[in-house]
Amino acid sequence: MYAIKVENLTKKFNGLVAVDHLSFSVKSGELFGLLGPNGAGKTTIINVLSTLLDSTSGYGEVASFDISKHKDDVRKSIGIVFQEPALDVKLTGKENLEFHGMMYGIGKELRRERIKEVLRLVDLTDKADVLVENYSGGMKRRLEIARGLIHRPKVLFLDEPTLGLDTQTRRHIWDYIRDLNQKSDVTIILTTHYMEEADYLCERVAIIDYGKIVAMDSPSKLKDILGGDVVSLEIEGRSDALLSHLRELDWIKTMASHNNNLSLTMEKGERRIPELINMAHKDGVDVVCVSLRKPSLEDVFLHYTGRMIREQELSQNERKREMLRRRMGRRRR
Amino acid sequence: MINATAVYVLWLREMKRFLRAKSRIAGAVAMPLFFLAFLGLGFRRISLPGISAGVNYIRFLVPGILGMSLLFSSTFAGLSVLWDREFGFLKEIMVAPVNRVSIVLGRMAGGMTTALIQAVVILGISFIMGFKVSTVISIPLSLIFMILITATFIGLGLVFASKMKDMQGFSIIMNFVIFPLFFLSGALYPLENFPLWLRCLSYLDPLTYGVDGLRGTLIGVSSYAVVLDVVVLLAFSLTMIFLGAYFFEKSESV
Repeated sequence: MYAIKVENLTKKFNGLVAVDHLSFSVKSGELFGLLGPNGAGKTTIINVLSTLLDSTSGYGEVASFDISKHKDDVRKSIGIVFQEPALDVKLTGKENLEFHGMMYGIGKELRRERIKEVLRLVDLTDKADVLVENYSGGMKRRLEIARGLIHRPKVLFLDEPTLGLDTQTRRHIWDYIRDLNQKSDVTIILTTHYMEEADYLCERVAIIDYGKIVAMDSPSKLKDILGGDVVSLEIEGRSDALLSHLRELDWIKTMASHNNNLSLTMEKGERRIPELINMAHKDGVDVVCVSLRKPSLEDVFLHYTGRMIREQELSQNERKREMLRRRMGRRRR
Repeated sequence: MINATAVYVLWLREMKRFLRAKSRIAGAVAMPLFFLAFLGLGFRRISLPGISAGVNYIRFLVPGILGMSLLFSSTFAGLSVLWDREFGFLKEIMVAPVNRVSIVLGRMAGGMTTALIQAVVILGISFIMGFKVSTVISIPLSLIFMILITATFIGLGLVFASKMKDMQGFSIIMNFVIFPLFFLSGALYPLENFPLWLRCLSYLDPLTYGVDGLRGTLIGVSSYAVVLDVVVLLAFSLTMIFLGAYFFEKSESV
């Protein structure tokens, strides 16, 4: 039984392809993650699956309902927590939940009961009658998760559920999500650009880049593809000769180079480091820094795309800041 | 087809927000009252051609100011979709299993109620200032016009809100749509004094018939027959409701 089935789903915006012939399925009760950098198309996937946007082509099914033909049935079957807060801050927490319950046609008695229940679940019972504008970021997030659960959806979408939250709150939310998935039979689809989040929470992860799935499996299997340890070398000098020598070695399982950084995966990395440094020396390359660690999903992403998620995020933030600066300047003028 | 619970809860939300925004209500009521008080007192002794003998300027002005208040509050109510889009709440509404017609009706019901409450408050205060209506049934009859005016301009606000992505165009609408509609309507002066070409523009302004109808029902003096005002304004309001609903339905929610 599948909670979600997607075949060749495509979404274009004015010719720009945001989701590119995507195919995947999610089993009922699964905790599934879409991992990728900002702008990879994760939110667009969620918006299409939740009927907020129409797909350009392809087929999609949520809780066995066709997303283009049975929108209302899809809407009834899903709960969704958006990336940006979608709360009415001039209402109290409880009123936001009441609003939601009524929009989903839940009767008065049942509504009262469920609201009590979900408020308890996210520890907001004490704050139920406080205006949402006085909530902290973490409380808003929790309220939204609670709201997404009132109508007992079969599928819950969480779009970057811990974006912009502090570490402690993030941990709390992770635990809520995991508990929720284990205690009820709700299928959870979450998008994230935090590797640790996908690694910690998801049973299965699809790595998304430029609207396409580049890899899909459980986090541990994805990391096993790389095999063994990751040895990162920071180097100086022309590395062409070194790279071609390294390529000939059979004990190096994967290799990715990135600016002055070289990531290699291998078994027993700690024993191979001296050898690597010697080779580099012979090829006229200075090794400035060496590190050894277990592979993370970041390494998996780097392996498949040749880029880092973190780095893209950084440049994206810079772009945003730049835009903000420009806009402020315009206003001052 | 129409989801009554959804219409009700959307209306209820509007009421709660309205009653909590005390400063907003004060502001919305104060501006028309200042217009009424200062223009009324400043032009107290004036005799304008087009105002029939025996009608002093304040008496002429009150229905115009009511029209102004209705114009502003209704258009803003329609435009409030933009606020919801800005604060993300629109997505919560749009992803609910509720058809778009019910959402539009809920918004209209909420916007109409708040606009009418403000108009009634202003009318009440003008009574304290000495305003008198012409007959016993003046107020219930004028309510018909108030309802039609709000419906028309909520529809207009919805059209603009559906076509705009963010709040950037707000001041443009304010300066190039709402104020011209207000000045063209003859709320402050008789349209008879306009040159012909300007008067032709006034005939295209729904508020012209709204203000004239309010004058006809409240003070018993109007430029056109009150029945004509009702018919024209009804046509305008049905068109605008339809257009507002149509464009809202077509607009992208994210």
